Amino acid sequence: MSDDSTRGRILIPLLQKVTSFRQSGLAGWGILVGAGIVVVLALMTTLSPLISPYNPIAINVGPILSPPSAQHPLGTNHLGQDMLSRVISGGAIMFQVAVLSVIVCLIVGVPIGLFASYVGGNTDKLASLVMDSIYAFPGLVLAIAIAAMLGPGVINMALSIAVVYVPSYFRIIRSQVLTIKELPYVEAAHMIGARGRSILFSYILPNVVPSIVAVATINFADAILTAAGLTFVGLGLPVSTPDWGWDLTYGRRLLPSGAWWVITFPGLMVVLLALGFTLIGEGLSELYNPRLQK
Amino acid sequence: MSLRSYIIARILLSVPMIMLLLTFVFLLIRVLPGDPAMLHFEKNVEPATLQAFKHELGLDKPLITQYFDYLAGLLRGDFGKSMQDYSPVSQQIFSAFPATLELAIWATIIMVALGISLGVTAARSYNSTKDHSIRIFGTVSYAIPVFFLGEVLIMVFAIFLRWFPSGGRMYPGITPPGLCVGGTCYTTGLYVLDSLLAGSLQDLYLSIRYLTLPSLALGLVLCGIFIRLTRSNMMETLQLDFVTAARARGLKERTVVYGYALRNAFLPVLTMMGLQFAALLAGAILTETTFSWPGLGRYLVDRIGFRDYTAIQGVVIFFGLLVTGVSLIVDILYAYLDPRIRL
Repeated sequence: MSDDSTRGRILIPLLQKVTSFRQSGLAGWGILVGAGIVVVLALMTTLSPLISPYNPIAINVGPILSPPSAQHPLGTNHLGQDMLSRVISGGAIMFQVAVLSVIVCLIVGVPIGLFASYVGGNTDKLASLVMDSIYAFPGLVLAIAIAAMLGPGVINMALSIAVVYVPSYFRIIRSQVLTIKELPYVEAAHMIGARGRSILFSYILPNVVPSIVAVATINFADAILTAAGLTFVGLGLPVSTPDWGWDLTYGRRLLPSGAWWVITFPGLMVVLLALGFTLIGEGLSELYNPRLQK
Repeated sequence: MSLRSYIIARILLSVPMIMLLLTFVFLLIRVLPGDPAMLHFEKNVEPATLQAFKHELGLDKPLITQYFDYLAGLLRGDFGKSMQDYSPVSQQIFSAFPATLELAIWATIIMVALGISLGVTAARSYNSTKDHSIRIFGTVSYAIPVFFLGEVLIMVFAIFLRWFPSGGRMYPGITPPGLCVGGTCYTTGLYVLDSLLAGSLQDLYLSIRYLTLPSLALGLVLCGIFIRLTRSNMMETLQLDFVTAARARGLKERTVVYGYALRNAFLPVLTMMGLQFAALLAGAILTETTFSWPGLGRYLVDRIGFRDYTAIQGVVIFFGLLVTGVSLIVDILYAYLDPRIRL
């Protein structure tokens, strides 16, 4: 099966389902609004060198801790940095960490999930035990422990987040494969002598893809919140990078002086980004999980 | 399966999970690139000092000996020595735990009460503006980092309005005395309970005032999932025959909804409480840091600052054991309440 036919079989029906609002209702709107938020924020972050009025890490571009004004629409922080410029360019780290962690999860979680649940038996039991143990553990605590050992860095943050979320992929894939592998069309593939690998990847995988996409978008939202959390406990990146998480962390110390603008705008950006991905993820799982459909 | 054999089977099942966790954390600290002792000192250290340091913590022994020492220690409730001052980590953990427990209890109350009441309201007014706004609130609350919400609450209610303190558990240096009998005082470490035991209204008022903002932040962030769960369950339940029958008998709508239908929707809520316990602890770490709440989370964050890897290991293991224990209790409770589980 070529790539084109996969795309045709999976993505086009997905788009049709999303855009026919009579069928998808609220979920379709959620997906569209969420995607809109994510695209706008991604564009803003990519174009930040062109559109931010000041250099986001240059200090003393304005007075220290100035409230929002015509000169600095979102105010300045304790180093005299322009908050608007920091808000515009502060998403880069979060996007990088989230994208990397989702990629790692896909590379590790999807094959393990497919293989273990298709083979069954002791392989499945062992994989389930390991995955359930990780899944049961407080994710942030585990990510903190790993990040504390690995040290700061985008890749290290992404890895520590990925370890926490691989089990989510494993569980959703396993639950679906267990049902799908008993269906007549898979049996028929066996009968005509298809090999295990081609059954797994050409017959079963395409039917699991929508759920994987749904988990991945929720994973994006969680990765963003976890990355912000890691920064908040002091495991983030050095000061020299503009980052919403960093502004939220250090802005806390400025609160007693009444400088609400230092935390409010970066905080709202984190909420927006996480909300965008959550809306897409929830919409997709509502469309593809009939149990939740009402 | 009888309840007793279910309980035994369930306990046996958690043993490999715990072993896996202990081994993973042990290896994480010792095998990942970078010697923890070296990392602790950040390079500038005499070899002799480093050797003495490793010897004091037992980090110079062969890995397999360290592993069994570590397991034997845990069985005695010994979480090892801190890299910072060689003090026993378990002592620190046990003295910080009540603060975390108290925060977790109040946050749970807020999260469940808010989740259930909003969920029921949404289900009763299905597809109305009220329903949509409650659902949007649930989704948005999931996307808010708990420390950002905490900062906003501090800003509004502590700094601008001055209704609540911005952090801490009590006035500095004061703890409620607890239950005092003939000169000896017994404390639980839960300030609200201790104030009640001591009969001190002043302390009770203070401890609740300090608790309000942190538990509100944590409870609000986590209530979304309970809203969704209660809403979908109630919508199903309200269409069942027994609800129609109760209505037909002329019972008041309040009695039908809260007395009959809600009872049916409670079991999933209980399961979800067990599942959310891990998220609650994770949220507590960030909430405690935001509100300078002297619990385990803040202890963990302080230790990260000192690169005190033995203490980090101790807290992580303690959290892991706690979560395993709570999910065990919830599963047993569930099996007791719903005999179908045991089949």
